Amino acid sequence: MIEAQDIRYSYPNKVEALKGVSLTIKDGEFVAIMGQNGAGKSTLVKHFNGLLKPSQGKVLVDGVQTTKSSVAALARNVGFVFQNPDHQLFSETVEEEIAFALKNFGFQPEVIEQRVTWALNLLSLTQYRKTSPFLLSGGERKRVALASVLAWDPKTLILDEPTIGQDHEQKEKLRQFIMQMQTQKKTVVTVTHDVEFVAECNPRVVLMKEGKIVADGEGKEILTDPALLELSSIVLPQIAQVFTKLAPLGFPKDIIDLYEAKQIILKAKESRNLK
Amino acid sequence: MSVFDGLRFRKVYSPIHNLDPRIKFGYVIAIFVVAIIFYQVIPLLVLFFMQIPFVLLARVQRQWLRSLRGAAFLATFIFVVNVATTYFTSGYHLTAFNVENAAAMTLRFVVLVESFSVFFLTTSPDHLGLALEESRVPYEFAFAFTTAVRFVPVLAEEAQTIMDAQKARGLELEKGGLLKRIRNYVPVLIPLIVSAIRRSLELAEAMESRAWGATKKRTNLYLLRLHKGDFGLLAITVGILVVAVYIHFFVHIPTIASLF
Ligand SMILES: Nc1ncnc2c1ncn2[C@@H]1O[C@H](COP(=O)(O)OP(=O)(O)OP(=O)(O)O)[C@@H](O)[C@H]1O
Ligand SMILES: [Mg+2]
Repeated sequence: MIEAQDIRYSYPNKVEALKGVSLTIKDGEFVAIMGQNGAGKSTLVKHFNGLLKPSQGKVLVDGVQTTKSSVAALARNVGFVFQNPDHQLFSETVEEEIAFALKNFGFQPEVIEQRVTWALNLLSLTQYRKTSPFLLSGGERKRVALASVLAWDPKTLILDEPTIGQDHEQKEKLRQFIMQMQTQKKTVVTVTHDVEFVAECNPRVVLMKEGKIVADGEGKEILTDPALLELSSIVLPQIAQVFTKLAPLGFPKDIIDLYEAKQIILKAKESRNLK
Repeated sequence: MSVFDGLRFRKVYSPIHNLDPRIKFGYVIAIFVVAIIFYQVIPLLVLFFMQIPFVLLARVQRQWLRSLRGAAFLATFIFVVNVATTYFTSGYHLTAFNVENAAAMTLRFVVLVESFSVFFLTTSPDHLGLALEESRVPYEFAFAFTTAVRFVPVLAEEAQTIMDAQKARGLELEKGGLLKRIRNYVPVLIPLIVSAIRRSLELAEAMESRAWGATKKRTNLYLLRLHKGDFGLLAITVGILVVAVYIHFFVHIPTIASLF
């Protein structure tokens, strides 16, 4: 469980990036943090593994205050995948890159071997096992970065912009992977601008603006509220746009899921009670 | 890091910021030369205090103090080494004169740091590049220089992000013996270097696609022109040099010890 209690944070150059944020993320929850550039999303999530410590207020991870623990100790339970993979890749081979954190945490060699194989397989990177990460494409490097964190199987996973530069197939795999983590009662927090991705996953959505949380609720409620989204320079998911247009005909407005949309349209067709 | 902070330009408007970088650089060099000429404490102290009006006029006192604080460690080191060497070479014997000599050496270093700090704090990289260009330095070099200066803070920020990313994967920079600690920095340095190279290649491509080097002769939007203030500073610079040379050759400078 992650609890942020009225935290404020100012960068050394006096930019106040968080202006009083309170947020509780329960175990097993899937949360998407959204909001315009510079809203403070990355700053907020960096508090969850102790990379940043609040100037005021406190952050508790499983009941432990982050100021009382090292990043390395917190990281064992809270995995963090950075926005830009080039900020972490340094090894000669993909395999070693993935083993890096496992070695830091002191896993046994057999376990490391096993985890590396598992992570490579999970992100379809097995064929690049012995390749240098620097020779891979942008999207592939991003996956190596993700694999290097997933490998130690943290209880909570924080993803900063995971879908950038990923093709549809990889996005879909990521979505399935997150769903799989959900069934294992793991917590996933993702920062993203990708409305369609969020619409497909339908997580809890936390909307930020200028260092504050402006909305917090089910994806279905927030992503279908045009006024709210306008405030955060987000466009409605395409399905929601269609249903907003169809609302005068008696269709419900709060639809973001493709399957649900199809059911409603089929039902309407059957009963032919279109206005 | 704090030493670099004291050299980092921030956009402020002040009479000092508006001065021509070439004249300002001439002034710094003059201070540099004068600091080398004298090896006594009193003139070096005068030189030290002479910079303060400039700092106040430019309103950069906070950063300037920070650069001095950054240099304090090295200054202490210089002082200690100087005292120690005279102590050991003169057969375990130390006079007030020896200490004063060491202080003068240290002060010389501090004066150099402070004047360079004022120069870099009040001169934008763009102005500097322009000055280089107008001093007939080939544009390629001037450009490379200004770009390098401009990317220092970017690189520092990037190093921080990389450290964060590796810490998030359980890297503990402060762990282990000396050798281990140095090795701990490998996961930080490699991404830093790789991304700097990647960035410079991208920059080169972006520049070329915007017609870099298409014509031999470039025109500039801003041109450096000498103003009244610049002539004022030029006069001050020449004045300092003349007075310093005169004092050096014709005036006996007392040591502080002899004053008591
Ligand atoms: N290292 C830093 N030093 C100083 N200010 C910073 C730093 N990082 C971020 N900021 C500032 O803090 C504010 C919030 O930044 P943050 O990176 O948290 O935004 P974000 O919501 O993640 O934006 P984006 O969608 O662009 O990733 C911005 O105003 C930014 O300029
Ligand atoms: Mg961000």
